[in-house]
Amino acid sequence: MDLKTMTEINAPAGYEQPLRRYLLEQLKAIGMEPVIDRMGNVVVVKEGTGENRKRVMVSAHMDEVGFIVTGATEEGFLKVQSLGGVDPRVIISKRVQVGDDKLPGVIGAAPIHLQSAADRKRVLGYGDVYVDIGAADKKEAEAKAPKGTPVCFDTPYVEYGEGYICAKALDDRVGCYNIFRLLAREEQFPCDLVAVFSSEEEVGCRGAKGAAFAQAPDIGIALEGTTCNDLGDVPDPLKVCVTGEGVAVSFGDNSSLVNRNLFRHTLKIAQEQGVRHQVKGSVSGGNEGGVMQRSRQGIPTIVLSVPCRYIHSPSTVCKASDVEDQFELARALLMSL
Amino acid sequence: MFDMLKKVLAPIGPSGMEEPVAAVIREELKDYVDTMETDALGNLICIKQGKGENPRKIMFSAHMDHIGFVVTGIEKEGYLRVTNVGGVGLKVAQTRHIVFPNGVNGVVVSEPVEGSSMMKHMFVDIGAQDKEDALKMVQLGDMAVYAPDCFRLGEHRVGSPAMDDRCACALLVKLMQTIGDTKDTVIALFSVQEEVGCRGAKVASFAKEPDIGIALDVTGWGDTPGTTQPEIKLGEGAAVKVMDRGSISNPQLREELLECGKLAGVKTQREVLPYGGTDASSMQTSRGGIPVCTISIPCRYVHSACEVIDMRDMDAALKLLQTYLAK
Repeated sequence: MDLKTMTEINAPAGYEQPLRRYLLEQLKAIGMEPVIDRMGNVVVVKEGTGENRKRVMVSAHMDEVGFIVTGATEEGFLKVQSLGGVDPRVIISKRVQVGDDKLPGVIGAAPIHLQSAADRKRVLGYGDVYVDIGAADKKEAEAKAPKGTPVCFDTPYVEYGEGYICAKALDDRVGCYNIFRLLAREEQFPCDLVAVFSSEEEVGCRGAKGAAFAQAPDIGIALEGTTCNDLGDVPDPLKVCVTGEGVAVSFGDNSSLVNRNLFRHTLKIAQEQGVRHQVKGSVSGGNEGGVMQRSRQGIPTIVLSVPCRYIHSPSTVCKASDVEDQFELARALLMSL
Repeated sequence: MFDMLKKVLAPIGPSGMEEPVAAVIREELKDYVDTMETDALGNLICIKQGKGENPRKIMFSAHMDHIGFVVTGIEKEGYLRVTNVGGVGLKVAQTRHIVFPNGVNGVVVSEPVEGSSMMKHMFVDIGAQDKEDALKMVQLGDMAVYAPDCFRLGEHRVGSPAMDDRCACALLVKLMQTIGDTKDTVIALFSVQEEVGCRGAKVASFAKEPDIGIALDVTGWGDTPGTTQPEIKLGEGAAVKVMDRGSISNPQLREELLECGKLAGVKTQREVLPYGGTDASSMQTSRGGIPVCTISIPCRYVHSACEVIDMRDMDAALKLLQTYLAK
């Protein structure tokens, strides 16, 4: 189990099977008994030691943003739409893998020579781009990649600079990686750890919604990758969080205002245990904290995120130290619940 | 009623931090209800058991939270950068006095801009020398609201921030204090996080499984210069909601409530709101679904620092609801 292998597996929203297969294998290898629920979530319960112990659901989503084939042109190019939020400005000329067989493809658009002055000022949308898989015509394209075939960024995992990682799908393989490590530790927690590797977060937290209802936890912790906006001329106060400055603890985002007591408790634990952390300075985005918080009769939730630059793009960048800090804080928090 | 209104308007309670409001209400209702509990999200749920055979469970919801601002960053000169919690209008927020739960005061200001200000142009001046000084007063994630300022306007009217929805909290407290024994079980839900999407009412409805849900909230107005919609006038009675963007009221329940207004001898107005939503939306779609309606207090300048209501509409709503429960 390592981040490289995990990020290089293709699992766009709704098509998580390859990652699910890998996780099942890895979880069984460490003696766990994972189950797959009806939404395709992988759920593992690690029992705790406390009396009257709480059920703490820790979720990280398996799925990544990607594309789905919606048709083919007469010339044999695939038309696609995004699965989850992908800015069409960041995808032109990127390499992709199409379908289970990972057919190589390139996202194409009219080259600069063929664009009018007006075209150059216009932002290209999904109507303007296509995926070139080298098919000779519509028939070949449809045979190789029928409608509904998933498409993923083709990005190798690289480490560079001082502890930086560049890969696709760091949002949220970092969370999946850390949940796996929490399960793999011999250490037992006082609470029951209900680990959920969820499906379809990028299209509306659909997997976690089902899992939170079915598992009926007492507390919810989402492990996420989040935007950081720490580059260029962004003034300090407008930065969401900063890579290398530790796990980001959210006070709230568009999906939930986190439970204030749990928020304060989390910051206290981080301080006591000396885990590097930062408070996420923006109300933006949403995540599984929202669906856990408002499942059934409601539960306290908290969101711990790894800051990610260029999130939802083919090349997302995070810092290995922040991944460690997310793990350490989740571990310390579970020990305290 | 005015004294009760003043009491529940006083505490600071932005969305997600409603406990100070709950504390006031708990004190007011402790001798009037059978059970009182606070759930994981902070909803205060007070229940008065019905005395009839097979009592129905009727849930009334009034939200405790108030729109506000949350600190997202601090400039090195000590100014705060903020974003909205709930629907804050930037035009009406300019140079307003806001206050944090710890007592720190601030003024909301916009940088000079061409055209309309956006949230990114706004900052809060808390009188700090620099960032270090500011951090002694507030931290990231702290929330502030328009500073309490309750005043009378003419003979019948009252202005204050947080009138949305503390006037309904006062109404619901009064209702619980005055209904005595009822045939049906009455669940008074003082809900949280309505302003960010009726989140509290969603989980409380799941937990309590009511048979009927009635949200108590404010509504808009159409009786000042330049306004026509919604067709609602202050002082013309309690508004019985037909629909808004969040829910369509159950027609039978709506007519029953209008009828109760008649029986009580109070004025009512039918309300069709082309925007907004109330806790009724969350109650309606909980579990297998329940009939809902909203009783609204007409309120001018909603979501500003001076939200104005007419006390005669409060009294009309109270009498209507008392009649409904006495039937």
